[in-house]
Amino acid sequence: MNVADFEMLSTLVKERSGLVLTQEKSYLLETRLMPVARRHGLKGLEELCQTIKQKNDKVLIEDVTEAMTTNESLFFRDQKPFDQFQNVVLPQLLVARAATRRIRIWSAACSSGQEPFSLCMLLKEMQAKMAGWKVEIVATDISPEMLNKAKAGLYTQFEVQRGLPIQLLVKYFKQTGDKWQLDAGLRSMVTFREFNLLDHPRILGNFDLVFCRNVLIYFDQPTKAHVLKGISDVLSKDGVLYLGGAETVLGVTDMFKPVVGQRGMYQHADGVPAIKTD
Amino acid sequence: MKSCLVVDDSRVIRKVARKILEELEFEVVEAADGSEALEQCKSSMPDGILLDWNMPVMDGLEFLKAMRALDNGAHPKVVFCTTENDLEHIQEAIQSGADEYIMKPFDSEIVESKFHQVGLL
Ligand SMILES: C[S@@+](CC[C@H](N)C(=O)[O-])C[C@H]1O[C@@H](n2cnc3c(N)ncnc32)[C@H](O)[C@@H]1O
Repeated sequence: MNVADFEMLSTLVKERSGLVLTQEKSYLLETRLMPVARRHGLKGLEELCQTIKQKNDKVLIEDVTEAMTTNESLFFRDQKPFDQFQNVVLPQLLVARAATRRIRIWSAACSSGQEPFSLCMLLKEMQAKMAGWKVEIVATDISPEMLNKAKAGLYTQFEVQRGLPIQLLVKYFKQTGDKWQLDAGLRSMVTFREFNLLDHPRILGNFDLVFCRNVLIYFDQPTKAHVLKGISDVLSKDGVLYLGGAETVLGVTDMFKPVVGQRGMYQHADGVPAIKTD
Repeated sequence: MKSCLVVDDSRVIRKVARKILEELEFEVVEAADGSEALEQCKSSMPDGILLDWNMPVMDGLEFLKAMRALDNGAHPKVVFCTTENDLEHIQEAIQSGADEYIMKPFDSEIVESKFHQVGLL
């Protein structure tokens, strides 16, 4: 692909999703965009670029962006954040929110649903302590295709073997053909919505916990700062933000600070921590 | 260094499993069926066992029950690794003392993830 076409595509993708395509990744363009071209009845990448330039076809642009995003996810990814959720964050929230008995959680780039559903399983396992509580989980992603997959709660044998303990598979999934489907009851605990992180999240309401994991890593610094600003506007004063293992707020924004002693967890820089860390 | 016993009647599978486990820094011992594996456990109990189900002489489930009844039989973490991939088999394995369950085909990522879950890594 020539340099001009590459630049055109990377600008397009960045404007729509924040995703930065570097030159080193240009080899990915070919393998990922050829199927898109074919689906749209175009002969190759050259014709695909031509069509975008001439027609500004919305669906085509969306498909290109979708093809260039990494949707990889797994249940209980990195384990630690979910242990923290169960052992530190939730017990503290049960105290801090005792008056309203209401907790709102946002999974901000939920991909095919493994992240919010991992939380559902943990909540279900703790249901004795949760009687009378209303926990709302809102899970969003830019990709309609991923959201559809998440809503179906249908996973391959390979996917249910990554991170998901066998006891939870047996307890919460049903086998349908060669796939595994999460219980309808658990699926109904999550509200899925299409949402672009470049937009302001106020339309989603306020949250006590935000999981924004393994997505900022694909953005440049100003975009990261922009997204974190949005999150800080909807995160309660004593709320917690989770980032992915390779992500940090340090050097990006001073709105958040790391929670001492809890890797991957962040709180408002001027916030009162609901989460004690001793 | 932790030890892992690989029990499978297929030499190819044993070889693949050995390679994965050695990369995860396990000392690997092999057995081709349940009774061979049981002898191994009697002479030296491993920390982990990767266990096929269908094997000649003694199958994986029979082995598991006999092994758990040995002195020190509670020590090893047992991860089934089999083509039996229906709920009934999985439940039976768990009830008989398996700690985790891998449905074939498997790859190094799945083995690593499961070994993490049972605390061998
Ligand atoms: C690698 S997955 C992370 C999934 C999950 N959070 C995890 O940690 O396993 C990244 C997800 O971010 C989504 N994404 C990328 N850009 C986005 C944007 N601008 N707004 C919302 N979601 C976006 C992608 O569609 C993809 O599903």
